[in-house]
Amino acid sequence: MDGFFLTTALILIGLMLMTLYRAIVGPTVLDRLLGVNGIGSKTVVLLVIAGHLFHREEMFVDIALAYGMLNFIAVIASAKFFQKRKGLHQEPQGQ
Amino acid sequence: MLDIIVVTLLVLGLIVFFGGSLGIVRFPDFYSRLHPAGKMDTLASLFMLGGLALYELNDISSTSVLTALKIMLILVFVFIASPTATHAIVDAGFRAGQKPWTQGQPRR
Repeated sequence: MDGFFLTTALILIGLMLMTLYRAIVGPTVLDRLLGVNGIGSKTVVLLVIAGHLFHREEMFVDIALAYGMLNFIAVIASAKFFQKRKGLHQEPQGQ
Repeated sequence: MLDIIVVTLLVLGLIVFFGGSLGIVRFPDFYSRLHPAGKMDTLASLFMLGGLALYELNDISSTSVLTALKIMLILVFVFIASPTATHAIVDAGFRAGQKPWTQGQPRR
């Protein structure tokens, strides 16, 4: 089962790199925020799998719970912050 | 028997996660990108965390049952928090005046 968990973790890291593309080239700020949220939801699963790989499940589960809460609070706060700005694009569009 | 169920749940979760990531990369518009990010990530987290909690119950002892219970707690939290975060993002985009994409316009 250990090899299967390792393969699952590596595939998850590849999917996180796919989502990182949207966080880097996203045209608006909220696209970048969306990419970061997708990476966070995959990281919670990856932390629990890492606990199984290192045979320290009870410690990594607590870290995963704290990371999930932190990700949720960060996304809510950033969305509230960026909705006050009028132009969401990074570079001015000439208007 | 338990291993077969756990492997099936984890592979199913990986497939749904792949669909969500592909949608986030490929869809043409901000609002349509929120659709895979909101639903498929929640469903895939549900599958994978459920499978991991089931694998934790392989040998019954007090610590393993407590860890499985904590993983179930994370599952309930993700099930509530992930759609709420997506709704907050789409609310921010709508209030900031982002126009939805219609057919024939270039990709944004």
